[in-house]
Amino acid sequence: MTDVRGYVAVFGGLMVLTLATVTIANLSLPTGVAVALGLLVASVKAALVVMFFMHLKGERPLVLWPLALTAFLCLFLIIFVLWSESDHVQTAGYRLPATAEFLPTS
Amino acid sequence: MHGSIPYTAEVRPDTGLTNPKLGIWLFLASEVMLFGALFSAYALLRSGDLAWPDQSTIVSVPLATVNTLVLISSSVTMVLAWAALGSHRKASPGPDASTPTERLGRYRLFMGLTLLLGCVFLGIKALEYADKFSHGLGPATNNFLGLYFTMTGLHALHVVGGLVVNLYLIGPGTRMWTSDPTRFANRVEVAGIYWHFVDVVWIFLFPVMYLL
Amino acid sequence: MRLLLKSLVSTDHKVIGLMYAVTSLLFLLVGFSLVLVMRWQLAYPGEPLPWVGELFGAANAPGGIVLPEFYNQLGAMHGTIMVFLGVVPLAVGAFGNYIIPLQIGAPDMAFPRLNLASYWFYLAGGIVMLASFVAPGGAANNGWTSYAPLADLAPGMGQTMWLGGMGLIIFSSLLGAVNFITTIIQLRAPGLTWFRLPFFVWAQFVTSFLLLLAFPPLQAAAILQGMDRLAGTSFFLPSGLAVSGQALSVAGGGNALLWQHLFWFLGHPEVYVLILPAMGIVAEVIANNTRKPLFGYRLMVYSVFVLGFLSFIVWAHHMFLTGMGTTVSAFFQATTMIISIPSVVILSSLILSLYGGSIRFTTPMLFALAFLPMFGIGGLTGLPLGLATTDIPLHDTAYVVGHFHYLVAPGTIFALFAGIYYWFPRVTGRMMNDVLGRIHFVGSFICMNVIFMPMFIQGLAGVNRRLWDGGAQYAHAQGVVGLNIPMSHAAFALAFFQLFFIANLALSVARGRVTARNPWQSTTLEWGDAQAPVRAYRDPYEYSVPGAPADFTPQGEVA
Repeated sequence: MTDVRGYVAVFGGLMVLTLATVTIANLSLPTGVAVALGLLVASVKAALVVMFFMHLKGERPLVLWPLALTAFLCLFLIIFVLWSESDHVQTAGYRLPATAEFLPTS
Repeated sequence: MHGSIPYTAEVRPDTGLTNPKLGIWLFLASEVMLFGALFSAYALLRSGDLAWPDQSTIVSVPLATVNTLVLISSSVTMVLAWAALGSHRKASPGPDASTPTERLGRYRLFMGLTLLLGCVFLGIKALEYADKFSHGLGPATNNFLGLYFTMTGLHALHVVGGLVVNLYLIGPGTRMWTSDPTRFANRVEVAGIYWHFVDVVWIFLFPVMYLL
Repeated sequence: MRLLLKSLVSTDHKVIGLMYAVTSLLFLLVGFSLVLVMRWQLAYPGEPLPWVGELFGAANAPGGIVLPEFYNQLGAMHGTIMVFLGVVPLAVGAFGNYIIPLQIGAPDMAFPRLNLASYWFYLAGGIVMLASFVAPGGAANNGWTSYAPLADLAPGMGQTMWLGGMGLIIFSSLLGAVNFITTIIQLRAPGLTWFRLPFFVWAQFVTSFLLLLAFPPLQAAAILQGMDRLAGTSFFLPSGLAVSGQALSVAGGGNALLWQHLFWFLGHPEVYVLILPAMGIVAEVIANNTRKPLFGYRLMVYSVFVLGFLSFIVWAHHMFLTGMGTTVSAFFQATTMIISIPSVVILSSLILSLYGGSIRFTTPMLFALAFLPMFGIGGLTGLPLGLATTDIPLHDTAYVVGHFHYLVAPGTIFALFAGIYYWFPRVTGRMMNDVLGRIHFVGSFICMNVIFMPMFIQGLAGVNRRLWDGGAQYAHAQGVVGLNIPMSHAAFALAFFQLFFIANLALSVARGRVTARNPWQSTTLEWGDAQAPVRAYRDPYEYSVPGAPADFTPQGEVA
């Protein structure tokens, strides 16, 4: 029954982390910090589920490599889309609307 | 005829995997990219928007927190359902000398709980959606709500898919427990891996949609 | 009829492979027909299309004269059908399904029922795409790239059906990719270690990873565009957008470039999906027809993995003109330049494989040999496109069209022809006719070059792509617009030469020369005796081994 105890322990951890993330969200932290902490806690929770419930801890390399590639590509997509759209050509007097309200050139 | 595909139930020695185990992880890799792309859309649209609404004033954090606990619980009952079958412990039998029927019974209990909790999750989501619609809020209201409905909606569809599979595995699928218990336990494990993934997506959706 | 119905529910990989082959060849024919109409319009803008022009109806071609809106439908659907319903299903769905299990000595794919489901989703997606032509408003007409906000706002049902069709096709590909990867990893016969795999299998393996991981973001984008079109969201619609002078009543705040990022995240790996199976086929045909092992086999394998990986991180070279900053552009330019390295390694290895070989100029070998310089031209013409500054005058011109068509038409499609002529005897037990094959080859080769080479000239002169009149109304195009006439005539001639191929297929299936098991005297496992339990004893290309009784030693033959 030891593996059952392990699962219940992970479950307990997930509960605690869930309540923690809600508490942190109520602390009115600066946006950057709030986002970072929120994603960090979520990542830890996800890691617990993936490692222990999905048995990825101790899984074969043949499974781990494609997943590592996937994680890399997923992050790359998110980061590079953000970077590409923030690093825009700016010419004097004309602001690319991007996603902001379209303002007349000033 | 298709029992003749090797490594469907037994592990291939040099890779240490069965076909379904490898297959489900590959499928989940594609799902990571699907939801990842939607998260990238969220990140881009929110970061560029000067007038992004305060999310917690539109969606209910307490309700979603409950839902998060519900889904996590369903994840634990799912893995306990698989563990109840005990097929992974054939090497070291241990003190628990239960009969196959007893194990099936315990499995059914936990799988039933998983199904119940999954339905509760969907029920709460339906409440949330209905509440939005009744206030005249919908996906077209703004991009936050657009993404909220799209991403939680797609997630909910995945929950439905998982419930359909689990329903099969608690019902007609159990016939395989008598004919090929190892293969049945593997099926439950694979379904479990999918179910846990659905939980993992929610683990990220919850803070992004409700807390940040 | 009963055979057809039985085939539609068979889970046998060979049947499914053939279903994919027949369906995709039909789609290739449809896609080709669409562009023939376009080519008429380009050569003779505003003139009625003879014979079939009136059939398109007054909404599309009154009096047989192609309207610009209809031209756009033809263009968008030509690209979509050729890429997603024609080439990839043939290269991956047909060749992959039929040949991979045979080449690795497996009884079938790892998930035979999933395989059948893949085919059904593909067929369903194709039917939706074709049906869009008769839907209100006609088919999608926003390029195969469906850029926002144009595609978001396009009236009618065509674009929405494009999104739905793509969703079905993508799901088919995802299931197929899971199947192929699992099969290659798990079902290799005893003795078939990784580096004893034929290069064709390696190419399909990497291709499957590209499909698995690159398609989902387009699936996501299609969902988002679908929401924009059907649920009134504005994921891709910026604030303040006006259409025909009227402000759009949507919430706004969207980003049109988000669509481009998500599309090209798939779009770029997709072109490697188009080329890798072709390289795999060419490798097999060259090894077989030079009677020697591939030069640099191991290096080719490493290169195809590097190529696959890099293909994921170059996508924004399709977006150099969207106003991205210099740092981001430099990054994507750098990765784009680097990706040419493994590409050149593979091409060079194939070319060097010819050196010292006893070359047999069989029909498949003719196509495989022609692939090499044609792929070279396609690849080299990509270099100025991959450099951000030289891309500025070339982006969205006919030059780009010439570049990618060299890679796909006398590139991939030639390789697919090679594969069909090569593996036809394995599938049917008969040979295809050589005379018809050679006529098909010579005619296609000449015509393709006449069609696509002038596109570089037109593009360099500044002629835009997707112009309904081929640039005729622009002063800067006057010197080159006349080239459209010989180009179009070559396109019609190309159609004529495909008749030799179609006739050859039909005649050979019925009355081709019956042949023994391994008429090409090939070494790989798919040519071995299907009934005996399969085991691999050696490397895949043991040709001309000194001291061996024959100039080839099959992989599966006991030592």
